Amino acid sequence: MDLSYTPEEEEFRSHLREWLAKVLPTLPPKPSPDDWPGRRAYDLGWQRMLYDAGYADVHWEGTPSVRLIFLEETERAGAPYVGANFVGLLHAGPTIAAEGTPEQRARWLPPVLRGEEVWCQGFSEPDAGSDLAALRTRARRDGDDYVVSGSKIWTSHAEVADWCELLVRTHPDAPRHRGISWLALPMDAPGVTVRPLRTLAGSAEFAEVFLDDVRVPVANRVGDENDGWRVTMVTLSFERGTAFVGEVVACRRVLGELAVTARRNGRWDDPALRRRLGRLNAEFRALWRLTQWNVSEAEASGGVPGVGGSVFKLRYSHARQELYDAAAEVLGADSLDLERPWVLDRLSSLSYTIAAGTSQIQRNIVGERILGLPKGR
Amino acid sequence: MRFQLTGEQEALRGAVRGVLRRVAGAGSSWLVAPRGGAADGYSPAPFPGDARPGDERPRLDRGLWRALGDLGFFSLRLPEADGGAGLGLPEAVLVFEEAGRALVPGPLVATHLAAGQVPGAAEGEVVVAAADGRLVEWLEEADVVRPGAEGALPLRSVDPLTPLHRVPAPAPTDPVAVLLTAAEQLGTAARAGELAVQHARTREQFGQPIGAFQAVKHSCAQMLVRTEVARAAVYAAAVTADRADIAAARLLADEAAVRGARDCLQVHGGMGFTWESEVHLLLKRAWVRSERCGGGTESEELLAADLVA
Ligand SMILES: Cc1cc2nc3c(=O)[nH]c(=O)nc-3n(C[C@H](O)[C@H](O)[C@H](O)COP(=O)(O)OP(=O)(O)OC[C@H]3O[C@@H](n4cnc5c(N)ncnc54)[C@H](O)[C@@H]3O)c2cc1C
Repeated sequence: MDLSYTPEEEEFRSHLREWLAKVLPTLPPKPSPDDWPGRRAYDLGWQRMLYDAGYADVHWEGTPSVRLIFLEETERAGAPYVGANFVGLLHAGPTIAAEGTPEQRARWLPPVLRGEEVWCQGFSEPDAGSDLAALRTRARRDGDDYVVSGSKIWTSHAEVADWCELLVRTHPDAPRHRGISWLALPMDAPGVTVRPLRTLAGSAEFAEVFLDDVRVPVANRVGDENDGWRVTMVTLSFERGTAFVGEVVACRRVLGELAVTARRNGRWDDPALRRRLGRLNAEFRALWRLTQWNVSEAEASGGVPGVGGSVFKLRYSHARQELYDAAAEVLGADSLDLERPWVLDRLSSLSYTIAAGTSQIQRNIVGERILGLPKGR
Repeated sequence: MRFQLTGEQEALRGAVRGVLRRVAGAGSSWLVAPRGGAADGYSPAPFPGDARPGDERPRLDRGLWRALGDLGFFSLRLPEADGGAGLGLPEAVLVFEEAGRALVPGPLVATHLAAGQVPGAAEGEVVVAAADGRLVEWLEEADVVRPGAEGALPLRSVDPLTPLHRVPAPAPTDPVAVLLTAAEQLGTAARAGELAVQHARTREQFGQPIGAFQAVKHSCAQMLVRTEVARAAVYAAAVTADRADIAAARLLADEAAVRGARDCLQVHGGMGFTWESEVHLLLKRAWVRSERCGGGTESEELLAADLVA
């Protein structure tokens, strides 16, 4: 068991640190959450800076340790998040890299790395959430095109996306997992309508996407026809892998700030509050160690994140909600004021046990795939 | 960074698990709680006369203690020149985890910490007990008590396999004792999860294994989550030996063991509530260990102070 990094990794870290210290002060001001064109420009601009400095492909090419260091250092320095680049860098991109043809990789990957194109993820449908394989959006073959009809929901960043990784049903009579295909849908194609949905935090983070006889070239299919479910599983394992590393670092910083605030406003004198924060310190230290454990495991097994991601996600999503509940205790009545720090974060933390597979679904995965318990009838 | 067990560490863990299984004999003899009455504490008769649980004094198995000594359980971290294996805290944590999994009885932590200081401790010839917080485990069976146990009074221990005395003055906390206790808790948490999963796979009700019911399945999943989070914390604390890391490991491992044993009990139904089953022994030992070294409160306060340090 070794927690130290190699000299090369330490060198990577110190170069990255220097670079961050140099470029972060030159960033434009952060756009407001409702300014979607502004957010797109800001997130793409940051990706472009990473590209120019040689850090753009760290999620794809770096070893798990290098990725960990990258996420740790960018968060420490207060650098922007992946934001609108999330799907391109962490879902669609890795899927295309793993399953796409050379032409597909050449067409779609460089614009993601250079911060030129935004992707969104069109998986969930009104009647297919946890039970994703129930999806009904239909793609009918017509010459060199598919003609796609149906609707998607909860599509994050749909408003500003150029492309959508879309799951469609290409074989309605096959067993449900074997009739699905993975398509790259251009969001400006005729017949695509995006209707933003406001989240409980007030901003429009996701949208409904209606597809009305949209023509998508067959050449935009990644993987074989009707093999989309397997192609998708590649993406989902990335999503639950190292996606939260930066956030754990951020949570530890927030916890420190909470303690300082509590000392200032007198709540620190309450031993119950103090112990609650002490326990959260233990929690996030442990989650950080679990991250390092999982990263080392991925490194040993060739890089693909395993089901250990479900263990992490279950605990982390809950811990994050606990953190912001503790913040509310520190703030007292101020926790009802949206202008206060942490209040919006508390609201958005509520999505963590739902998005990317609900906690119940994660527990099914752990119970069935790790512990080998039988499926219910 | 290679935060995984090395080949040697895996081998050590496997060897310790094998030996513990062998010395315990088939069915782990110490996993049968004493019934009261008989002096050796292992009479098969139900509680006779006035004897109540907690009155009887379990005896420490000296053969077991020497077997542990031969295995290097106590001398592990001593330099090779002094008859030890020259290993570190990570290895110690792995063997204590195994002891916790097998619920090995006796003042393991105290004797391990006395190796190299109290003659015979390293070899398992001498049993060393220690005042820890306000309690001493195994006082009457010990040959040496550190730092002393003036005015110690016996209490009716809730754990039939851990006799306890109260001492008037609290002893200061040794972080290594906290870490090794956390390792034992980790082993017990893992064991509780395994027992629960085993039972959930085989016990059938309503025509299917109970593990197919989500209420049971999710409870088992949570046991695994708590155990794996605690494992990362305990192993990391063994590598860094940092006080805050150790305190964190302790809190996570206490939670994993105590809640794991409770959930394991629930999954076992009526069987889990019996004296016969192993399950209550897991829970009771986990309770005893959570009171060691000032209890979780001390660790929580330490970690709170760390936030504003
Ligand atoms: C902030 C946010 C962003 C999102 N972004 C995207 C996106 O970009 N693209 C996309 O495709 N999707 C996205 N989603 C959708 C997300 O993946 C789904 O919300 C999620 O999979 C749950 O599906 P559902 O909402 O239909 O809930 P349902 O599946 O209807 O679940 C409702 C409740 O029933 C429970 N439940 C369902 N099935 C079971 C079962 N078998 N056992 C036990 N309990 C069960 C669930 O746990 C939940 O508590 C996003 C969601 C959120 C909240």
